[in-house]
Amino acid sequence: MAEIIQEEKGKGKHKGKKHPPHIDMTPMVDLMCLLITFFMLTTAFSKSKVMEINLPERITKDKPVDPPRIQKSRTLNIILGPNDKIYWYPGGVSPEDYNNLPPVTEVDYSPKGIRQLLLERNKTLAKRIADFKQQVLEGKIKIPQDSVLKAIAQLKKVDDTGPIVLIKAYKKANYGNFVDILDEMNICGIARCPFVPIAWYEEKMVETAAGIAPSAAPAKN
Amino acid sequence: MPKIKLPTKSPHIDMTPMVDLFSVVLTFLMLTTTMRQPEPATVDTPFSISEKPTPDFNTMTLLLSKDDKVFINFDNGPDTLLKYRPKILTEMGKRYNIEFTEAELREFEKMPSSIGVPITKMKDFLDAKDNKVKTALQVGVPIDSTDNQLAMWVLFARQVNPNLQACIKGDSKTAFPIVQKVLDIMQDKNVNKFNLITSLEAAKINLDEIQK
Repeated sequence: MAEIIQEEKGKGKHKGKKHPPHIDMTPMVDLMCLLITFFMLTTAFSKSKVMEINLPERITKDKPVDPPRIQKSRTLNIILGPNDKIYWYPGGVSPEDYNNLPPVTEVDYSPKGIRQLLLERNKTLAKRIADFKQQVLEGKIKIPQDSVLKAIAQLKKVDDTGPIVLIKAYKKANYGNFVDILDEMNICGIARCPFVPIAWYEEKMVETAAGIAPSAAPAKN
Repeated sequence: MPKIKLPTKSPHIDMTPMVDLFSVVLTFLMLTTTMRQPEPATVDTPFSISEKPTPDFNTMTLLLSKDDKVFINFDNGPDTLLKYRPKILTEMGKRYNIEFTEAELREFEKMPSSIGVPITKMKDFLDAKDNKVKTALQVGVPIDSTDNQLAMWVLFARQVNPNLQACIKGDSKTAFPIVQKVLDIMQDKNVNKFNLITSLEAAKINLDEIQK
């Protein structure tokens, strides 16, 4: 021990001036890199988003409400079928037609499929919404950012040209289909798209179209 | 001309600014991080164009897994200051004649993930120390019409916290009947507004193409 101290004393004489000690930071940097990588990977950066959906209130026996009457010409029935397919037919089915059900058309969830169909029917409103958004972007309409959505909702509310899309789900559909179709409604700016329970004759129509054996005899209406 | 003498020693890089920067980034990440909650079932959420962020509190999230199990969670993970979770569990206990101890309530409060345990097994679940045992007990909340515990959870959760919003987090491959059933149960309890949890995806429409 004594020797070492002596040696240092000797060195000090040579240097004269004191140097600040030079710390090797490489291990520290290594460790930090490791921690940063760890945190970056575990952090849930992109917070998941939510899509709102309002379902019509239940009609109970306590408070009977007449279901709203809608025009047949504006109605579009969309049935979520099995194997990621959509079956649709316009109008409605009246009790006289039960033995002679209208045919359904098959489309898929691609932009060329259902989106094309919806946009064609919803041309006027979709154009109005797109124009409005464009004008906001270009600064022709001065409107606070947070009321843009409200303004679009108002556009949808006063619209009376777009289709009324009734969304129904066959039992072989999946949750992804359901979200996809609601998303498609948002993309195309459909104003009215209630989600309604599927009727037995519609199940039958899908089964005929998709070539599935009918699951069970239809319950008595 | 005399030769210019190049220094022969290896260049010594000063790492201090780098360390500074790393510390800042590290501190930022440590403070902002919200650890990904380990869920009892992996769920691939479907995509949508919605840009609304998931609410942080006053939520009740129903997790619908691919194999038709239902899990429930309040306030996305550990409880907030208002301690809704123990209250909800106490109410559930009263309904099913199970008395939960203080420690069990605390355990339920701290639970980071969704819960899918039948109420009869809840005591075992909360007392279990081993994670494997806990996972084995997560069999989904019963939703049969004879033993509809999900309806009870929803009922009591909304009694304890009336501002609760319902969120549904489902896998894209979840069969529709189970979704329909859950929606029906919620609507029976007068919940008509749902937040479907999705991942963001951009979509563009081409109106000109349609005009043709």
